[in-house]
Amino acid sequence: MLLADATNYVKDVDNVMIYIVTISVIMLLGVTFTMIYFVIKYNRKKNPKGANIQGNLWLEIIWVAIPTILVLTMFYYGFSSFTILRRVPKDAMVIKVTGQMWKWSFAYPNGKKYDTLYVPQNKSIKLEMNSVDVNHSFYIPAFRIKEDVVPGRTDYLVFNAQQQGKYDVECAEYCGMHHAYMLNKVIVLPQDEFQKWVNTPAPPAAKNESPAAGNASKTQTGGQQGQKGQ
Amino acid sequence: MANHVIAENYVDFYKEKGKHTGLGAWLLTTDHKRIGIMYLVAIVTFFLVGATLGFLMRLEMLSRGRTIMDPQTYNSLFTLHGLIMIFLFIIPGIPGVFGNFFLPIMLGAKDVAFPRLNLLSWYLYISGGLFAVVSVFLKGGPIDTGWTFYVPYSIRTGTDVSWMILAAFILGLSSIITGLNFITTIHRLRAPGMGWFKMPLFAWALYATAWIQLIATPVVGITLALVAVERLIGIGLFDPSLGGDPILYQHLFWIYAHPAVYIMILPAMGVVSEIIPTFAHRTIFGYKAIAISSLAIAFVGYFVWGHHMFSSGMSDTARWIFSLTTFLVALPSGVKVFNWVATLYKGSIELGTPLLFCMAFIFLFSIGGLTGLVLGALATDIHLTDTYFVVAHFHFVVFGGGGFIFFGALHYWFPKMFGKTYNEKVSKAALGTMVIGFMLLYFTMFILGYEGMPRRYYDYLPQFATLHIVATVGSWILVGGILVMIGNLLVALKKGKKASMNPWGGRTLEWTVPSPPPVENFEEIPVITHGPYDYEYNINGDSDKMEENYH
Repeated sequence: MLLADATNYVKDVDNVMIYIVTISVIMLLGVTFTMIYFVIKYNRKKNPKGANIQGNLWLEIIWVAIPTILVLTMFYYGFSSFTILRRVPKDAMVIKVTGQMWKWSFAYPNGKKYDTLYVPQNKSIKLEMNSVDVNHSFYIPAFRIKEDVVPGRTDYLVFNAQQQGKYDVECAEYCGMHHAYMLNKVIVLPQDEFQKWVNTPAPPAAKNESPAAGNASKTQTGGQQGQKGQ
Repeated sequence: MANHVIAENYVDFYKEKGKHTGLGAWLLTTDHKRIGIMYLVAIVTFFLVGATLGFLMRLEMLSRGRTIMDPQTYNSLFTLHGLIMIFLFIIPGIPGVFGNFFLPIMLGAKDVAFPRLNLLSWYLYISGGLFAVVSVFLKGGPIDTGWTFYVPYSIRTGTDVSWMILAAFILGLSSIITGLNFITTIHRLRAPGMGWFKMPLFAWALYATAWIQLIATPVVGITLALVAVERLIGIGLFDPSLGGDPILYQHLFWIYAHPAVYIMILPAMGVVSEIIPTFAHRTIFGYKAIAISSLAIAFVGYFVWGHHMFSSGMSDTARWIFSLTTFLVALPSGVKVFNWVATLYKGSIELGTPLLFCMAFIFLFSIGGLTGLVLGALATDIHLTDTYFVVAHFHFVVFGGGGFIFFGALHYWFPKMFGKTYNEKVSKAALGTMVIGFMLLYFTMFILGYEGMPRRYYDYLPQFATLHIVATVGSWILVGGILVMIGNLLVALKKGKKASMNPWGGRTLEWTVPSPPPVENFEEIPVITHGPYDYEYNINGDSDKMEENYH
């Protein structure tokens, strides 16, 4: 479910992750194995008298300087990828997202409102997000994006989905009793299908074909959705 | 130094007849050692309560949907688990127990600078703890906001938030007073000849910690008091519907709560800097680098709080600035780790239980620190913040780091504090079990987090089920290890063999006084002529013989 090309941004995040984790694993193994090697090699039985080496200025300089360079590259790499996320293309379609305890709703430029997020493929989407009660956070793990949805202000997210399909949406900022059921789906459709969908007015009592729809209301009566999974 | 002469006929501080007897000898004492023991009892009790809550949370996560509790109970459990572990275990832990017991002895002093203030500090800690416990049983029900008390939820929930805030406020006061006491003690009560750079590194770590306690804690006290005021009279500082700003609250909270992470970890680093030279039987590598890096961590640690808020809606400028400072604070921690490992080079290493705790610490803390780099980078943090990746990261740092070393310190100083030795085979087996359980429980959470499992979730999507089961099984192994470890120490208290004055061959001053120490610690205040880890100089003629006695 974590596709490498779900959006044009996923690879950027994964590459930063791979870069930092690779360096980290090398450092971790280096430190751990050096430590274990010393403990074995300089065992009290083999080595009854320790050498009182007070320190070494050059070593101190080296193990400050090299990590400094490494973490600055990590900072830059993480920062430059992040700026892609904050750039809003001029032709982006704006969808308004409203968070409330414990459901999401979406409003499209043509006035259509719906309780599942449908988006066209290969089109930049800007989500403008508000909360009507407490803090929430709009999180699409497959797209590696998240932004808090805070009452009294509008925050945004940008993405451009490359692959058709259904992706999980989760609330990532604790918001009370049914926080864990504030789930939804992003459904990515080909552009023509999306146009058809968005121009069909939603039926008055919006019954939704998505399995995630109405999660919040269903689970308020005691987590039925979860019990199904047992 | 003639202290070892008195070892035969002296009265230890447990047996000394003071003004009060029975329970009064404890509850009215101003002896830093008795206060340290009282902290130990209270803090380990709260740790076991917090661990039980964590154990129950993992049990709930064993299967999807309801396993043993409803969502409201689960939300209260993770809130209480966080509050207890942070405010009642890990923040007061090492300073309260080992700082109190050993700081004066390691400085060559008879007590802390303000012994009565020290007792007040303990009473405030206990009162804060009692308020926290009482708040759980009040009408509104146990608090369900998460330990971060984020507004506006903490203003709107019907649970008893204000009582818990009062508890946190009082605990903060206790922390401030302890910090003030330690700063004064370190400035004023060092033995003659003990210049700043002849001070043990544990004292340096406590010094850096104490400044954070003193300066940062008032911020959270004020902030939480304002939340209580907002709840009581709707003053409108944080709630947007009253014209307030929820992001402002997050800034104020993390201005304290990030430096607080260093309150949790710096004392542990100080303990590691004591244990490693003792068991390597050689001087520490890079004394000044380790000492100064504590101050550097404490200082830079004030300027990184915003990294908790990369997805909060904070400005993009603030995001990159806090990302940069976060990477810089990693450097002094790295310096410490490299110097510790270098201290093992050409040592004469005895693989005692406390050293094994330090090795577990270096491994687990390194994982915690290095995954902190992933969270310091903006692109990856946006994906991982508020997921299990963060939960795993801070448990590696705070529990694998601070928590493991709390127990490592207990194993290091146990013979000195209680005059008894414990079974090392059992303690090593317990530690091994704890590390295995720990890795299964928390390493799994890194993967869950990257796959998109949000934290503070009562339930989860089907794709996360397998790893949740692995984590829960890990929690059983971890708890088993902890129980064996504590049981082993309790048995040692009852039946342990008498410990010698210097069972590990340490060089700092606490190993020159009898186990357990007499009330005033030293018969005569020592005069310091050499560094704290000087293995060229034999601190007391018979220390090697004592080591033989022990083995």
